[in-house]
Amino acid sequence: MTAEPLLEVRDLKVSFRTEDGIVRAVDGVSLSLAPGETLGIVGESGSGKSVTMMSVMRLIIDPNARFEGEVRYKGRDLMKLGQDQIRAVRGAGIAMIFQDPMTSLNPVYRVGWQIEEQIRAHEQISRQAAHARAIELLAAVGIPRPAERVNDYPHQFSGGMRQRVMIAMAVSCSPDILIADEPTTALDVTIQAQILNLIKKLRDDFGTAVVLITHDMGVVADIADRIAVMYAGRIIEQGSRRDVFYDARHPYTWGLLGSIARLDRPKPRRLTAIPGLPPSLLRLPPGCAFGPRCPHRFGLCDERPDLLDKAGDGHLDACHLDLRQKEDLRETTIHPELIEEAT
Amino acid sequence: MLTFIIRRLLWTVLVMFVITVIVFIIFFKTPGVDPARALAGRSPNPQTLAEIRSQLGLNRPFPIQYGIMMKKIFITRDLVSYSNQGVKVVPEIAAAAPATLSLVFGAAVLWVVLAIAVGIAAALLRGTVFDPLLMVVALVGVSAPVFWVGQIANMISQGTLHGTFLFSWVPPLGYTPFTQDPALWFKGLVIPWITLSLLYIGFYGRVLRANLIETQNEDYIRTARAKGLTERRVMARHNLRTSMITFVSLFGLDFAALVAGGALLTEVVFSIHGVGYLTWQALENLDLPTIMATTVYGAFFIVLVNALVDIGYAWLDPRIRPT
Repeated sequence: MTAEPLLEVRDLKVSFRTEDGIVRAVDGVSLSLAPGETLGIVGESGSGKSVTMMSVMRLIIDPNARFEGEVRYKGRDLMKLGQDQIRAVRGAGIAMIFQDPMTSLNPVYRVGWQIEEQIRAHEQISRQAAHARAIELLAAVGIPRPAERVNDYPHQFSGGMRQRVMIAMAVSCSPDILIADEPTTALDVTIQAQILNLIKKLRDDFGTAVVLITHDMGVVADIADRIAVMYAGRIIEQGSRRDVFYDARHPYTWGLLGSIARLDRPKPRRLTAIPGLPPSLLRLPPGCAFGPRCPHRFGLCDERPDLLDKAGDGHLDACHLDLRQKEDLRETTIHPELIEEAT
Repeated sequence: MLTFIIRRLLWTVLVMFVITVIVFIIFFKTPGVDPARALAGRSPNPQTLAEIRSQLGLNRPFPIQYGIMMKKIFITRDLVSYSNQGVKVVPEIAAAAPATLSLVFGAAVLWVVLAIAVGIAAALLRGTVFDPLLMVVALVGVSAPVFWVGQIANMISQGTLHGTFLFSWVPPLGYTPFTQDPALWFKGLVIPWITLSLLYIGFYGRVLRANLIETQNEDYIRTARAKGLTERRVMARHNLRTSMITFVSLFGLDFAALVAGGALLTEVVFSIHGVGYLTWQALENLDLPTIMATTVYGAFFIVLVNALVDIGYAWLDPRIRPT
């Protein structure tokens, strides 16, 4: 990747002061996004994925939050911008859609008005022109009878439709980056597929880069070019879709892949789960955060592993096991039922 | 929306009717009470009692009595106050209404503006030392009885500090109609306005602050910020707008109650001869016809304003409009 990345997060750290101590929600995250690329960020609840991207847009206004690190977008560090400058970026350069479409739209304003509000916050155009553009956007996201529906209120739409409205609003100013924070989690599976297809279509039509945050591996398998896996506020693996799914190099990723129920293999006696629970962000273990739950933990794991590209092929992981060991252990860890069968 | 409004207003008429019936029953049909005697006031003579009985048809059937009373209140408006030298009650109320309306409207403007300012300030300054400070001030406003505040205000502005430049402009207690002398009308109402609104600024400031803080955490506020809107716009157009729904419905009810005669204490303390003052006098003198008329007048306003608040609520919150 020789071209300048569109977005580059360098060693971002986000912590919150609480009564019980300091919660390290994001503990040194670095990632980059090329123009037009789709990055999937996968992790459990509490892994820090939402906090990372909300910090990129400076949407975390909790007075107890502390930020360190850099977020470079188009040559500027977003963490250092003033209020007016970051507002110019929000919605126009980088746009975000959220998880629950039921509550993410203001219930007392018409959807057309809400879309127009965003357009007119960033561009000097007349109300009529903004209104016409709102109708076009609703048509582009697949809302039937857009010229009528533009004057409806959010409660007059179904969940899937509302998410489409959110997407229409987010892409209204042709942003370079669209961040989608669990856009389909609150929707049922058939609508999920529709929304993902819509995001893909808009991405292909406009060349928007997409960051998709989710806990569902199936979703990233469908849409992401590159995947970053997060655990306890850290990225523990990052690589192309193919690399992460077929050539995973971290025991946590193996655990995630292993826990997916498969229809094309013999039925295991028991669904595999990763034993234990994620660590409390108040008291992270020294060394590797996954250590306490890792079946392959050894001496070196007392030191925190850095996210490194050990084979020089753009596939990074944060695990002290060497590549040979990983090759050997991968299949058996992901599919322990194969060992059972063999014996 | 239009059908909603019409339906709501029709209900208002119905409720008014029911209220007049209930008021009538209370005043005329309470067991063991002779309405003629009650209406006549203190120590009536037999002549007056007979007069009342014939005028109001108290020997006639119940519905006819009701009809006669309603006619006297609404149509011919010649209901007479027997204990008060035969003064016609309804015109008396009509004459007293402008004073009450001036007092209540002025206080309402003051308290709405200041309550919104206090509420927003407290929500924005949350976490700093000003937030609890503002809430203490608001609490004092809610807790201090209006007659006490009013008397203190009078004591200072009419008495001790009357000579100083601060209060020398304050006229003697009483109400001057706007048409007679606008400047005097205004000067005579300033202190009563402030006194009456203190209670409500405190209450509404706290209500609005609580609502603003609650909506602050809503998802759509986060979306508004993510759209790149200024904090001022997020607060005014998104946060405040949805918080005002509760504010407006509460305001409507309080305002109605005040117009209906709830400003009684303020009117008495400041000698403003409005409907509340009239009611107070009538209560002191057991002047039943006046009390009855003010009750109906009060009920009418409360029911009407309730209907307006319902309509306003539907306008503010599209989710509750019938489709």
